[in-house]
Amino acid sequence: MSESSKLYGLIAEFDTPAALMHAAEKVRDSGFRKWDVFTPFPVHGMDKAMGMRNSKVGWFSFIGGATGYLTGMLMIWWMNAVDYAIPVGGKPMFSPHGAFPPSYELTILFGAFGAILGMLFLNRLPRLHHPLLKHKRFALATHDRFFIVIETSDPKFSGTDTRKLLESTGSKHIEGVED
Amino acid sequence: MSEAAIPPTLKIHAPPAELEREPLVENQRGPGWISDQISGIVEGKTPKWWWVAFSISFPTMLMLFAVLAYLISTGVGIYGNNHPVMWGWPIVNFVWWIGIGHAGTLISAILFLLRQKWRTGVNRAAEAMTIFAVMCAGIFPLIHIGRAWLGWWLFPIPNANSIWPQFRSPLMWDVFAVSTYFTVSLLFWYVGLVPDLAVMRDRSKTKIRKFLYGLFSLGWTGSNRHWSNYEKAYLILAGLSTPLVLSVHSIVSLDFAVSNLPGWHTTIFPPYFVAGAVFSGFGMVLTLLIPLRRLCKLEEIITVRHIELMCKVTLAVGSIVSYAYGMEVFIAWYSGSPYEKFAFWNRAFGPYWWGYWTMITCNVLVPQFFWFKKVRTNMLFVWVLSIFVNIGMWFERFEIVITSLSREFLPSNWGYFAPTIWDILTYIGTFGLFFTMFLLFLRFLPMIAISEVKGVTPQADPHHPLGGAKPGGHH
Repeated sequence: MSESSKLYGLIAEFDTPAALMHAAEKVRDSGFRKWDVFTPFPVHGMDKAMGMRNSKVGWFSFIGGATGYLTGMLMIWWMNAVDYAIPVGGKPMFSPHGAFPPSYELTILFGAFGAILGMLFLNRLPRLHHPLLKHKRFALATHDRFFIVIETSDPKFSGTDTRKLLESTGSKHIEGVED
Repeated sequence: MSEAAIPPTLKIHAPPAELEREPLVENQRGPGWISDQISGIVEGKTPKWWWVAFSISFPTMLMLFAVLAYLISTGVGIYGNNHPVMWGWPIVNFVWWIGIGHAGTLISAILFLLRQKWRTGVNRAAEAMTIFAVMCAGIFPLIHIGRAWLGWWLFPIPNANSIWPQFRSPLMWDVFAVSTYFTVSLLFWYVGLVPDLAVMRDRSKTKIRKFLYGLFSLGWTGSNRHWSNYEKAYLILAGLSTPLVLSVHSIVSLDFAVSNLPGWHTTIFPPYFVAGAVFSGFGMVLTLLIPLRRLCKLEEIITVRHIELMCKVTLAVGSIVSYAYGMEVFIAWYSGSPYEKFAFWNRAFGPYWWGYWTMITCNVLVPQFFWFKKVRTNMLFVWVLSIFVNIGMWFERFEIVITSLSREFLPSNWGYFAPTIWDILTYIGTFGLFFTMFLLFLRFLPMIAISEVKGVTPQADPHHPLGGAKPGGHH
């Protein structure tokens, strides 16, 4: 494949997670920013090997959960104590105790939606197309192979040097990926 | 640090062979084999046993729809529900089915938080079981209210009378608990499926398969930047599902415990119901997975060790349930309330004594077999015992619902409940629905979490020789 201007990046293939991790550390230390590692399962320690920070999904879930709890409490207070008060057995029109179980469930419901939507947002998913999904060998990334992809849009990317770097990590298959 | 630099006294030797844990995937199978084996179930020709099972379950499901049509068009009078037992079989079946679901969430969420890696072999199928069991459960409260078409009054939607639901009632809490439970279980299951749907997409030979698996895998590539957010979201979902599953059956038990009826009005109900739910759920997981591991040739992934561990959980929760039975009887006596005492005396020696002793046999005595390794490793024996667990837990709910209602405070309010044929057909019909859904799941989705099973093999560990680590290296 010729390294034309339509190149998306360089892809290097590895057979084991250990080899991949060594290679990832090397790429990280070379200062690349627009690159990624593709594995059939999450490899433990890879976040550190790639120099990534802790995921922010927790914040989305927290905001979701807090919204859920407030929604439950406000909804029950407004419905049963304000909009149409129904006296039952001399009980108070609104009590945080009686309103707790539904609010608790809504906390969990909204928290779960927050976690999932937050994860999808941070991952920019769903997407219907990705240049890598057209690449022939890349289908093995969900099977039993491990890949590193360095994108051409990385400011440090240079056709020959980047390929040399990947070669020095011990990868046997290095190819260009068309955009 | 190199090998030579460690003083010999500080060296930790590998454990002796007999203390090594049995591997989670047998015969050192690698990630490629795992993909092939699990996807193969979906990609291969539909096996004969599947058609046999489907040809039974599908008509049974159709029968359920017919019975429901008859029920809704005629009225709840076709059931045995009548004064004083107004709850009858629908609520027994509701609690039974929803309890079954609890094992799925326990396996997927609580065992995840406890880092029990063996859960990966069974969680997908158990979660599917949860979802289908909750679907079956959801039918019953809706149909037994009489005018099923007004079921939406339970939701806080403005209606023509401008009246809102009454949130001081535990029945309202139940609506929120069960609908949240269903939604979150479904989301959790789907999130777990996304990377495996990508596996299916990348293996697809036909266009339609590639399109559908591709669509539902949301463009998953296996990127580590994605995995990082994904794993965090999965952990949070497990963390949210744990208090959720404990709350669902607690709230179901409050439907009973908040009333003043002897036999229902007890503080032990929430933990007792949760333990019972997990117990019955594990019974159902064993009932489903023991034949499946054989039929789908998954003995190397759902190993004998997996079955043994599930037997041990069943024994543990079964013991909690047995303790609750004992404590119920003790408190009935210790309370000094003649009504309480009578309620429990009546359960054991009244007109429903056969139900009580079936329950004791199945739930207290049967799990005791699980103390023995010989039993736990005998698949046929475990399978038979697991069915007893399912039966026992149905009778537990029968005893709680029926005996308490049939003997109230006033003898003039006493009665005897007997189900009609429609009660029985509805219950059988829900099995049709459950198994039809489960069989379709087996046929179209990977029944084992492919990427999660790969992740717990030594081949996935960059610090293990099988994962490519060199001796003496820092990985």
